[in-house]
Amino acid sequence: MIDLKLPIDEKTIRKLKVGDEVSLNGRLVTGRDAAHVWLVKERPDLVRDFLKDTMIYHCGPVVKKRGNDWEFVAAGPTTSIREEPYQGTVIQEYGLRGVIGKGGMGPETLKALETNGAVYLHAIGGLATLIAESVVKVHTVFKLEEFGVPEAMWVIDVRDFPAVVTMDSHGGSLHDKIFHHSDEIRKKLLHIDV
Amino acid sequence: MKLDFQDHAFRAAVLELIRRASTDLAPDVVRAIQTARENEDEGSAARGVLSAILKNIERAREKSTPICQDTGTNMYEVTLPLGVSMRRIDTLIREATREATEKVYLRPNAVDPVTGKNSGDNTGVFAPYIHFEEWDEPAIGVKLLLKGGGCENVSTQYTLPDVTLKAGRDLEGVYKSVVDAVVKAQGRGCAPGILGVGVGGDRSSGMMLAKKQLFRRLDDTHPDPELAQLEFRLLKDLNSLGIGPMGFGGKTTALAVKIGVAHRLPASFFVSVAYMCWADRKHSMRFTPDEVSYD
Repeated sequence: MIDLKLPIDEKTIRKLKVGDEVSLNGRLVTGRDAAHVWLVKERPDLVRDFLKDTMIYHCGPVVKKRGNDWEFVAAGPTTSIREEPYQGTVIQEYGLRGVIGKGGMGPETLKALETNGAVYLHAIGGLATLIAESVVKVHTVFKLEEFGVPEAMWVIDVRDFPAVVTMDSHGGSLHDKIFHHSDEIRKKLLHIDV
Repeated sequence: MKLDFQDHAFRAAVLELIRRASTDLAPDVVRAIQTARENEDEGSAARGVLSAILKNIERAREKSTPICQDTGTNMYEVTLPLGVSMRRIDTLIREATREATEKVYLRPNAVDPVTGKNSGDNTGVFAPYIHFEEWDEPAIGVKLLLKGGGCENVSTQYTLPDVTLKAGRDLEGVYKSVVDAVVKAQGRGCAPGILGVGVGGDRSSGMMLAKKQLFRRLDDTHPDPELAQLEFRLLKDLNSLGIGPMGFGGKTTALAVKIGVAHRLPASFFVSVAYMCWADRKHSMRFTPDEVSYD
């Protein structure tokens, strides 16, 4: 298990390889569908400092308000591939060092990871209660009113957040590998000529 | 036959059903995940994922917090005795839904597709989705399925024949469609998945039939031997694909395959595939003025 303190530098990220198990500690920002469109179309300056050298987490949490503070109740990853049209631009524009989600992403993101020195981390889908327990503080939230709870950008501190590197900055993707392997078996089962 | 009951009693019973559905999995689902874990190799990523999933299920139950943050489409199958008003039940389920959102058993998940605005309380057009039927029993039956967006997005429909799959209008074509759907779903729907398959019907009844299969117990056997055989064969072959839990590779890509059939038009042969993630949140209750029981 490799401990990653966020924010983080490019050199440390470039050492990571597909298959590495990591534990995240420090600041993250959640962002999914509406957030990615906003980041690309409007290029808002108010989130730049929060995103620089850290990671964006594809997550639409369940949250509870206690007085003036927010608490994360359930917070597993959402499917990442929906952000494929935006992710490369977001990584470059905001200086991200990583993306956390589930299911992996496509070629544009893989290229951006390589160019900018970033990784894709896979968290376990549906591990909502356990991951919420690793969220130790909610700093602030952007676009809550406009995007709603799941799609707002939550700035959080995490402790011992578990994930696995499944796409690295050297062009490696576990998702590509598994897809090609399973597709070969599919063709055999369906008697489709390879 | 008349069923006299208080609004607040029914509303409270539905709220409890939602809480159970969101925070706890039915025993047959937990057992299937436990068995899958034992089948995976010691020290493998697949086994690690399934262990983490089982721990998450336990913690969610202890704390009464959602198993998955995506509390999904809320689909109800309600069976009523003669004389109980559908409109009254619809209103009470909606009220319970709002309360469940306040209590954070549900995440606000109803978004207006035109304005992009989230209603904030999980109610809206077809939200929740409630399907009514009448039955002869002196009780109200309520089944609830919470189906997350990740798996809903990879649910799909095939129109046979399909040239690229070399799939004809027969059960072999059904087999090919389901295998193809699961390969394409990898990384999106959280594996190991449960496949509800609707064979026949029209586009909407076929998908409804597929979703209804998700209420079946994972360890049941289809009464039709031919379909039972197809369910068995599909499960075995899906688990040979090597996709594995969360797409990390492994022996468990699916936990169950459940097939339902409906008469079709001569011109149409639909295969509807409802992909359900491992967080198969299906629960049911039986309500009478004297007693509420949950599955």
